[in-house]
Amino acid sequence: MTAPAAKPAAGTGSRSLRQAHPRYAEQLVKALLMIAALVSVATTIGIVIALIPPTVDFFQRVGVWEFLSGTVWTALFAEPEYGVLPLLAATLLITGIAVAVAIPVGLGAAIYLSEYAHPRTRKLLKPTLEVLAGIPTVVYGFFALAFVTPRLQDWWPFGGDGPEIKNALSAGLVMGVMIVPTIASLAEDAMAAVPRSLRDGAYALGSGRRTVAVRVVVPAALSGIVAAFVLGISRAIGETMIVLIAAGARPDLSWNPLHEMQTMTAFIAGAASGDVSTASFEYKTIFAVGAYLFVLTFVMNVISIRLVRKYREVYE
Amino acid sequence: MSTEREAIAEAPASTSGLAGPRFRPGESAFRWMLFACLAIGIVFLGVLLTYVLVEAWPRLDSRLWTNFPSIRRPERAGAQSAISGTIWVIAFTGLFCLPVGIMAAIYLEEYADPDRWYNRLIELNIQNLAAVPSIIYGILGLGLLARQLGLGTTVLTASLTLSLLVLPVVIIASREAIRAVPQSIRQASLALGATQWQTIRRQVLPAAVPGIATGSILALSRAIGEAAPVILLGAVTYVAFNPEGLDSAYTVLPVQIYGWISQSREEFHHLAAAAIVILLVLLLLMNAAAIWLRNRYSKRW
Repeated sequence: MTAPAAKPAAGTGSRSLRQAHPRYAEQLVKALLMIAALVSVATTIGIVIALIPPTVDFFQRVGVWEFLSGTVWTALFAEPEYGVLPLLAATLLITGIAVAVAIPVGLGAAIYLSEYAHPRTRKLLKPTLEVLAGIPTVVYGFFALAFVTPRLQDWWPFGGDGPEIKNALSAGLVMGVMIVPTIASLAEDAMAAVPRSLRDGAYALGSGRRTVAVRVVVPAALSGIVAAFVLGISRAIGETMIVLIAAGARPDLSWNPLHEMQTMTAFIAGAASGDVSTASFEYKTIFAVGAYLFVLTFVMNVISIRLVRKYREVYE
Repeated sequence: MSTEREAIAEAPASTSGLAGPRFRPGESAFRWMLFACLAIGIVFLGVLLTYVLVEAWPRLDSRLWTNFPSIRRPERAGAQSAISGTIWVIAFTGLFCLPVGIMAAIYLEEYADPDRWYNRLIELNIQNLAAVPSIIYGILGLGLLARQLGLGTTVLTASLTLSLLVLPVVIIASREAIRAVPQSIRQASLALGATQWQTIRRQVLPAAVPGIATGSILALSRAIGEAAPVILLGAVTYVAFNPEGLDSAYTVLPVQIYGWISQSREEFHHLAAAAIVILLVLLLLMNAAAIWLRNRYSKRW
């Protein structure tokens, strides 16, 4: 009896700021927008759903330990062996070469852009550098195979046979240049977030520019810089076309950068581009390697995201 | 922002004077080292573009866009099916991912309470997805869309997969554009009695459109260059016809280029380089459009 009467009384009597009546259309719009946002969550779930069943099937026939520690990978042969180490070694070696190029070059470029370049120069140079990030990776692959490798073979100074036609070295070098803009751009963002007062303090104590850059700005932006490195490494691990084109398709555990070798991504692309039937065991192998790759990059991404959070919390 | 940065760049010149007029050879060597780092990237870019152009020169003619690929006769081969395939796939990628991405961005910027665990999860998830290797999306498209949902290796599968791939990019770019609209616009609209959605539709979105458009074009230009996921989705290299619908077989430029690179004959390398030039010109046009949009319509508040 009192309940229905109480409601309008509360609305008019106390002049509540709440809306007078529910707006269903507004609620509907909000729900629709939220569903759109949930598509991204569905994508992650989709990736996991796509990966898990074939991977589980795979590991029912191949032991987990055999997969992780085996040293021979002949998945597509008549008598297959499934030791993922050669693929992992190639991935890590090429990533290592790429990172050895990209970290110093990217960090140097970032320091220059953030601490030295005139604003007008930066406005010109930064987009130019970012063009590098926009070039399709298949173009980098072509360049590595058709330009870098022949030059390396011509000018090989260390004796021996020099690099093979397809080799880890040129793939790694070119991939290194490819991730320079990623690292430079993120590291520069981190350095730009360092408050000016820190720099001013150091200058007031008589430091030169280099000291300020190396001793003040870089340490202050360190977590952001490391996040940029981690993201660059994650990109290098997941990069496909450069290694598929320039590093080749022969599993190789020699750790010799002059050899042809097959990375995890190159195996996935190579095996899946043929006609593989859904029922075959090769098909499941693709997903098992994919799951391993996903886990590897996922761990790197989580580390990177956490580190970025950290520097944002400090200065914002 | 820019004025503050200018100040940073200018300040040391005067302040280092206070440390004495001492000549510091280490300083200038360090500076040149840093500049060399930047120069490596830019020189590399120059060499790459020059090399591709020189290699492409003999084959850069109308055969490229009027003929279809041919394995046996490279002198008659062209990339028409790949060019039209790229246009088909990218058009539908835009159709699928732009509405969803922009809606998601509106939700995250205008509605989501960042303290709720599920909104934080969505946010974390988008950050992670942006860094998932593209080949993993190919596996998603192959395993889930092509095989389990039975869509096969068609234009539709490729567009859906690429949509999911660039969705995080669209969301992140659109969020930045929406965030750049000042809070006072929203408050004024709400104070005049507009509902939240009316405020977004009539005030926030029109102001954010140039930024959203720029980000969307850049996201699509990323999708154009992707080869790895599409290779998994059955983009065969020698497709001698243009796609005719969503359920059509197809190929796209990057995959066609990959196919030609894998051929051993010299002619195919020139062909690959020529197709690369077409791809780069396409990307250049899109980027130019994005920059033009940004300069023409961007508002300063």
